[in-house]
Amino acid sequence: MSDHNKNNTSELPATKTQSTPPAEAPVLLELRNIGKRFGETIANECIDLTLRKGEVVALLGENGAGKTTLMSILFGHYVADQGSIHTADANGVLQPLPPGNPQAALAARIGMVHQHFTLAENLSGFENILLGSEKLWLPARGRAALRARVEAQMAESGLHVSLDERVSNLTVGERQRIEILKALAHNTQVLVLDEPTAVLTPQEAEGLYKTVALLASRGLAVIFISHKLHEVLAASHRIVVLRRGRLVGELTTANASKDQIAEMMVGHEVPRTERGEATVGEPVLQLLDVSLESSQQRQRLQHVTLTVRRGEVVGVAGVSGNGQAGLADLISGLALPSSGKLLIDGEEVQRTGPRHLMARGVARIPEDRHHQGVVASMNIRENLMIESLDDARFQRFGVIKAAASRSHAIEQIDAYDVRCEGPDAVVGQLSGGNMQKLILARALDQEPLLILASQPARGLDIGAQTDVYRRLLEARKRGAGVVLISEDLDELFTLSDRIVVLHDGELTEAGASDEIDRREVGLLMAGQGSNHQQSTQESAL
Amino acid sequence: MEFLDIFLSENFWSAALRIATPLIFGTLGALICERAGVLNLGIEGIFTAGAMAGWMAVWFGSGLWGGVLVAMLVGALIGALHAFLTVPLGLSQHVSGLGVTMLATSGAYFIYRTALPDFSSPPRIEPFQALDIPGLSDLPFIGPALFQQTVLTYLAIALVIVVGWVLSRTPLGLALRAVGDNPDAVDSQGLSVYALRCGAVIVGSAIMALGGAFLTLSAFNAFFFGMAGGRGWVCIALTVFASWQPRKALLGALLFGAFDAYQVRLQTEVGALLPAQFFLMLPYLLSIVALVVAARGADYPRALLKPWFKGQR
Amino acid sequence: MIRLESRNSSSHWLAVLAPVAAALFAMLLAAIPLMAAGQNPITAYGLMFKGAFGGMFAFTETLTRATPLILTGLAAAVAFRAKLWNIGLEGQFYLGAVGAVIVGSGSIDAPAAVLIPMTMAGGALFGALAMLGPAWLKTRYQTDEVVTTLLLNFVILLLVQMLLEGALKDPMALGWPQSAPIVDNALLPALSAKYRLHTGLYIALCASLLVFALMRYTTFGFALRAVGENPSAARHAGISVSAATLGAAALSGALAGLAGVGEVAGLKGYLTADISPGFGYAGIVVAMLAGLSPLGVVMAAVFVAAVFVGADSMSRALSVSSYLADLMVALALLCVLIGGFLMRFKVTWVSNSRRTSSTGAEV
Repeated sequence: MSDHNKNNTSELPATKTQSTPPAEAPVLLELRNIGKRFGETIANECIDLTLRKGEVVALLGENGAGKTTLMSILFGHYVADQGSIHTADANGVLQPLPPGNPQAALAARIGMVHQHFTLAENLSGFENILLGSEKLWLPARGRAALRARVEAQMAESGLHVSLDERVSNLTVGERQRIEILKALAHNTQVLVLDEPTAVLTPQEAEGLYKTVALLASRGLAVIFISHKLHEVLAASHRIVVLRRGRLVGELTTANASKDQIAEMMVGHEVPRTERGEATVGEPVLQLLDVSLESSQQRQRLQHVTLTVRRGEVVGVAGVSGNGQAGLADLISGLALPSSGKLLIDGEEVQRTGPRHLMARGVARIPEDRHHQGVVASMNIRENLMIESLDDARFQRFGVIKAAASRSHAIEQIDAYDVRCEGPDAVVGQLSGGNMQKLILARALDQEPLLILASQPARGLDIGAQTDVYRRLLEARKRGAGVVLISEDLDELFTLSDRIVVLHDGELTEAGASDEIDRREVGLLMAGQGSNHQQSTQESAL
Repeated sequence: MEFLDIFLSENFWSAALRIATPLIFGTLGALICERAGVLNLGIEGIFTAGAMAGWMAVWFGSGLWGGVLVAMLVGALIGALHAFLTVPLGLSQHVSGLGVTMLATSGAYFIYRTALPDFSSPPRIEPFQALDIPGLSDLPFIGPALFQQTVLTYLAIALVIVVGWVLSRTPLGLALRAVGDNPDAVDSQGLSVYALRCGAVIVGSAIMALGGAFLTLSAFNAFFFGMAGGRGWVCIALTVFASWQPRKALLGALLFGAFDAYQVRLQTEVGALLPAQFFLMLPYLLSIVALVVAARGADYPRALLKPWFKGQR
Repeated sequence: MIRLESRNSSSHWLAVLAPVAAALFAMLLAAIPLMAAGQNPITAYGLMFKGAFGGMFAFTETLTRATPLILTGLAAAVAFRAKLWNIGLEGQFYLGAVGAVIVGSGSIDAPAAVLIPMTMAGGALFGALAMLGPAWLKTRYQTDEVVTTLLLNFVILLLVQMLLEGALKDPMALGWPQSAPIVDNALLPALSAKYRLHTGLYIALCASLLVFALMRYTTFGFALRAVGENPSAARHAGISVSAATLGAAALSGALAGLAGVGEVAGLKGYLTADISPGFGYAGIVVAMLAGLSPLGVVMAAVFVAAVFVGADSMSRALSVSSYLADLMVALALLCVLIGGFLMRFKVTWVSNSRRTSSTGAEV
């Protein structure tokens, strides 16, 4: 967590949850001694948690700490190996919650907004809320009453969204509102939000904290899962820290400091990633008035002009779905511009295809490592070779040189410290961090001129994250240009020399990362130019 | 013109309806399974098994409606097997479907041969007769053309309306549509993905079996080997063509029925020029074309072919 | 409640044992209809075994029956590895046979050393073309290949009937719809004077080794496997998904076509419309039993052939319907499918009635 830029929480308008609920507020939820293993891995161990009416508790931990697992147990997606959960019934008496049963959780008035939305995209928002509320073997009834309740909830919480629009047509922010309304629809007493701001601009996130504070003041108990320090400090009454499946700390937010909880979260002093000075050279990537047409919103680009030079990291900020996929596809060689020019190292790209671009010195770290990065059922040796099947190093006349590819794999495993059983280990068994190391090894192997890194540290714990950052900065030092597409503003400010913002397919230069602040970037992410009056948070998020 | 004269014969239209009927049942059944997210390639075997089981029940004295019920029951059982393999076990829907078709077909043939080994030509039963609807059946041209079908044809059309209503207007239909798009959405609302999907496959398979029963109890009156004749596969193509909607399924089946009835009559008109097999090929080729032409569209069940396991997020 | 845990490793010997267990289990299950038909399963199976392996004649019959199954099994395995659901093997078989008949019709005059490879090439080409159509529709229009290949089977069968009554008809066959016999120079040599074994078996075995080497040691095989396992990642890595798919289709169709060549130019000598009792569909079962392994296909093909040959013999002796063989093969497919599942997941039974005391200790 780099601290040397001025973009820490003190910048943002204080949304600190003001009124702490009295300590004698009734207990609505109790988790007792929860333990859960997945094979050899301990996901949760001996966790106790109490939640009172009107409280906002932030569950903090790095990726892999066990936060989502714990809440999944609460909601009935998993069954704990040990421990029990108790929820308050209509009279406020704590009753045991039957495990492994989302229906029981719902009946106990627990609502959950998952990190990956659980919406049926072919239905409207209201239909999604309706789902599960009626008996399946009877005709529809009671819909008008539910509708009225949802609309009342909308007015009360300020979460306005169209209920009858097909979900596939809604933006990410709108879908989240539907998800929250869905979670609140049945007289909910406990609301769980899993990493809710991952898909929001800073301003929208602010709006969410306000909404949460409002709901809490009306008696709702909220658990807020996050790995972002500034967020938990801004939005909660109490912080509970998990590390490697265990509860390692619990503090009142008012008394907590960033460094303190950071250290609790990681277990040791958080390593600082120092970017150092940039030595910028010739342009290595140029997009000149590039537009990309597509049937999918997330791929569309309009008149994008961008230059990336050797030795610099350009961070591309923006809420996902605003053209990042299109930009990544262009640089990866999976698409050609519909108009405009794409130049690599000064030469125009006329024939596309990943192999062409790789031959020109472009390396890619894809957004979704499972889906695009590796073939999980193949082994390490094969995955390291997959981008270079035509290479004389690995084949001759179409016959694979097994020995050569094997020794190459062993070298890479060593150089990048991939924890595995050897080059024949199946990649699907590797942890997320090791898989990403493998992808880095493959990408950086041929000393590329340009590196495209999409969400390179997503889902990784701090140790793996630091490693990825280090490798990227090393490449930068060696003179490679880096395009960093990320939803994580901390990451962007840590690694980038310059930041640009994508909104609705249009690219805007924000400026040198040392000279701008999060708020400006946030405004650009929301589509408001820096010349605009800063609008106080929109009505909703 | 001989080509257009065919449309003027009442016989043509009534044949079209008759040919379409098993396709209506089959496509409805397939559509229900696929809307819930499960591809059911067992359909060809279910047609065969339904045809055989329904016929055999009647042969052994159950009466025509008894035969219909037996066929549906057999269809449901076969569907249950496919549902078990594909839903809780999450096995390949392609391979399971093909295996189920092979099992149902060979099982039906084996049972038929074992139970009735001594007949040189397939024994017959008394099938459903054309239902006389007072008033409508007597209309000139339209009467014999459209309203002299057996009760099963009318049942098929009624089923289109019922299934359409259930899918679009009831909570059950809502849950079914949701589970075929995103099973997580359904699970998070406290409903059982397994129960919904298995139920859809079982009910869909029972309806498919009605298509088979129609063949032996209405269109014909005996059970022949190879009776299904690829109708099951045509239904799978028609499901895509119909964008998984019951009304369009009816339309598709009728179009296909009309085409098939037309080609048969064309043979007698134009017969000498082209061999019979050429005409027989046309319906299959049409199905392939229909499949290519039908774009995936907005109604494609996004969760189709993807197994879902409880507790894996 | 059943709990599924993914198994970490899959041992090799388990991969071989599972299909064998599945095959045996299928035979066990098939005893039920046998008993329902009033037969003693032990007697019946004994007769089956004798019919398949008891004596030189039986054994060579089994191998002869296995010859086309090895090839269609390979065809299915190659396609399925690329996640290309080629259910049109039956049609590709027939089209391959047609190709052999056309090349071997006598219009080309050449010595056997030339004509035999030409016949094989012709049949393979026709088979490949039959699969390239649906495969192209898949890559170009995302049209699902399962239904297109299935429907094409019916079309091709009708085409063959049409040809046999028309262009390819043997004028000397007294009105029966069959093709003129293939010229001697194009026939695959027999391996024995007494039995029906022919060179097609050697061709099939060679094909098995070649396909194995192709899949394991070449970039083509690598690309095919990658596309089958994760087309998105393959595409991202620069592998052409459509090229791999079309390549798999061509190879698969060619192998099935070769099966047709073998039956026509090696066994029967001329083409009839009923020359295949379902070799194409059985090939799918062979491939699944073999776990999609090109070498395993040989063993699986012999097993399936033994079931058919043995059941033929048994059904004649006991007057049991020979459809029992199809039943057994279908059961074997389903058993192997379930077996694959058990290999990937460990199934444990977790009692739902776990209760904990108020201190949180487990009761």
